[in-house]
Amino acid sequence: MFYREAGDFKTSYRQDSQTFPIRFDRWRFYAVLALAFGVIPFVINDYWANSVFVPFLIYAIAAIGLNILTGYAGQVSLGTGGFMAVGAYACYKLMTSFPEVSILIHVLLAGGVTAAVGVLFGLPSLRIKGFYLAVATLAAQFFLVWLFNKVPWFYNFSASGQITAPDRTVLGYFVTGAQTSATAKYLVCLVFLVLVALIARNLTRGTVGRKWMAIRDMDIAAEIIGVNPLTTKLTAFAVSSFFIGIAGALFFAVYLGAAEVGEAFGIQKSFLILFMVIIGGLGSIFGSFAGAAFLVLLPVLLKNLLVGTLGWPTDLAAHIELMIVGGLIVVFLIAEPHGLAQLWRLAKEKLRLWPFPH
Amino acid sequence: MKMKFATAVAAAMSLAAPAMADLVIPNLSYRTGPFAAGGIPYADGFNDYFTLLNERDGGIGGEKVQVPECETAYNTEKGVECYEATKGLGALVYNPLSTGITYQLIPKVSQDGITLYTPGYGRTSAANGAIFEWVFNYPANYWDGASVAVKYLLEQNGGDLKGKKIALLYHNSAYGKEPIRTLESLAAKHGYELTQIPIDTPGQEQKSQWLQVRREKPDYVIFWGWGVMNQVAIQEAVNIKFPMENFIGVWWSGSENDVLPAGDGANGYKSLAMHGTGMDYPVYADMQKYVVDAGKASGAGDQVGSVLYSRGMYAAMVISEAVRKAQELAGTSAVNAAQVRDGFEALEITEERMAEIGLPNFGQPFAASCTDHGGPGAAMIQQWDAAAKEWNLVTGFIAPDDEVLDPLVAEDSAAFAAENKITPRCN
Repeated sequence: MFYREAGDFKTSYRQDSQTFPIRFDRWRFYAVLALAFGVIPFVINDYWANSVFVPFLIYAIAAIGLNILTGYAGQVSLGTGGFMAVGAYACYKLMTSFPEVSILIHVLLAGGVTAAVGVLFGLPSLRIKGFYLAVATLAAQFFLVWLFNKVPWFYNFSASGQITAPDRTVLGYFVTGAQTSATAKYLVCLVFLVLVALIARNLTRGTVGRKWMAIRDMDIAAEIIGVNPLTTKLTAFAVSSFFIGIAGALFFAVYLGAAEVGEAFGIQKSFLILFMVIIGGLGSIFGSFAGAAFLVLLPVLLKNLLVGTLGWPTDLAAHIELMIVGGLIVVFLIAEPHGLAQLWRLAKEKLRLWPFPH
Repeated sequence: MKMKFATAVAAAMSLAAPAMADLVIPNLSYRTGPFAAGGIPYADGFNDYFTLLNERDGGIGGEKVQVPECETAYNTEKGVECYEATKGLGALVYNPLSTGITYQLIPKVSQDGITLYTPGYGRTSAANGAIFEWVFNYPANYWDGASVAVKYLLEQNGGDLKGKKIALLYHNSAYGKEPIRTLESLAAKHGYELTQIPIDTPGQEQKSQWLQVRREKPDYVIFWGWGVMNQVAIQEAVNIKFPMENFIGVWWSGSENDVLPAGDGANGYKSLAMHGTGMDYPVYADMQKYVVDAGKASGAGDQVGSVLYSRGMYAAMVISEAVRKAQELAGTSAVNAAQVRDGFEALEITEERMAEIGLPNFGQPFAASCTDHGGPGAAMIQQWDAAAKEWNLVTGFIAPDDEVLDPLVAEDSAAFAAENKITPRCN
């Protein structure tokens, strides 16, 4: 009834090709933005920020990054944790070397450094594909973690090998370090996420994105119709790593405040983000959000429910939680192999017809 | 089994609805994951001691103690989540049993004004109370441990380690890297040669590291491991027939769980010990009566008296004494987090007090002060007797080499102060 194209007249090409062509969708999008910027910052507290919102926002950025590479360009990567580590360590080195420069610029530069590293590790993708590429990116994961552990320059020769984010402010408000308020943490991550999502959405709708998808669907055919595999694959690696680098920098500087490479950016992080992308939906920006939400929020929710409300012993709850999350992943993939994004698409199709489906 | 689970659920549910005035001391524990072998007994000991105080004495100074448990799986992200989740309950002190989580929490607790107590782990330079106002790590820390191990080796070698080769086999994390600086300084002083061999977490695969040990043939291996990595390392040492008496673990690598899987081969393995162990202490009579027999023991109740159970109990004992001290200083039994910190700083554990508690000669007596948050740092050496399946102390308390350690602590804490713009206190 509300959710339909009919009656929503487009009078220009610009209007016709906008992201949300349906009015209801558009308003819903503005409502979410208004809620995210106008309401949540005023009610958020430390617990909600550190356990729910900030990790969700950061993982969503990382998932968008990986979705560009794996979902849109079809290049399977298991190096996400390693690339996040590059972002984190680049951010740390920049923060400590140039303390007078704004942290926001450092986060972007850290993304840039990660993009360069991503392109370097993307070079083999010109020769190898599929599972073999996954193994090559897996090598990147292990190499990068080893590197940041091995070379003391990266962690400024600290005795413990930990990197700790110094206090930095934006417009007079702390955004890193212990004095950061929940609101500041949340807003910084939210601004980056909104920017990243807008850029990603528009890239994937334009020439660049179409080239990525052409390579994904059939690389030989794409090459024959004039898509250059070199630039296409490398731009996918660059853009993807740029976003993942931003996520890594925020993860270290804003969320954790201190990090240890093997623990914070190990192989399990790569898998976690890959699962987010797969569960959310390959080749969908909304899917990245949904996947991140699913895998960040569900464990917290289950923990609160099982330990907090039902009062189960913590070890039992932790084990059950693993089983429930794992079971749900399997159920989802059987019931809907295209992820949560496909469910959302189906829901929208149904909404269009509602309340007269025939 | 079913009954037991039902009672556990019922007990936990009754805990979940506390009176507001209780003293809240969260237990950030880990009973799952590759480090659970160490986490479970420690958490049980920690919980049981507070249960004992609640059941026998009605809490501390008449205030019941509430110990909400939160599972971290030794993971820093979950540790932060647990900290944020329990902070709002009015937490007085944190003891996360993880050096990684400790590094995360040091800035947070300093900001929130909550004490962080890290006995035998954490950031070593937190021993300097002038810089680390909210962090306490007495009675001993990693650098003390490294120094004690080297001192013991000196003793074994007639005071001379020149030309000896010592390998440090460590967990490749903040925890394992902590002793490197001390061992390097001590190598310069005593003339031994130090080889560093890192093992990536969780350390279930150590073949290449032990191949390196075989190739380099060190005279001694000093071991900084935790969790499943301990069992694997000891088994590998047995496999390459490394002389076990030359293999010395830190206090986190010296529990029953670590040596039992290797069977008789582990006989003679040594580790540091910062407190006594076993059931020969009067406190266990009360523990049996009020906690175990009453069915209120934490977890499966099968860890009582083990090394790490004793350590969890020791940490709980020190915390409860600090709270007692805080109540005495503040003149009220319902102390807040800031008053508890003052209690920690004024804490003095004497031999008489430990005997009163029922733990005579269990740990070393110490007294904290504004600058000294680190304690004396002495430790003993214990050795595993595989036939009797028990740890035997082979030395008394050995004091660390403060001449080497003090400048290191001063240097590292000064670096932290400069990074965080902290002005030293206690002038």
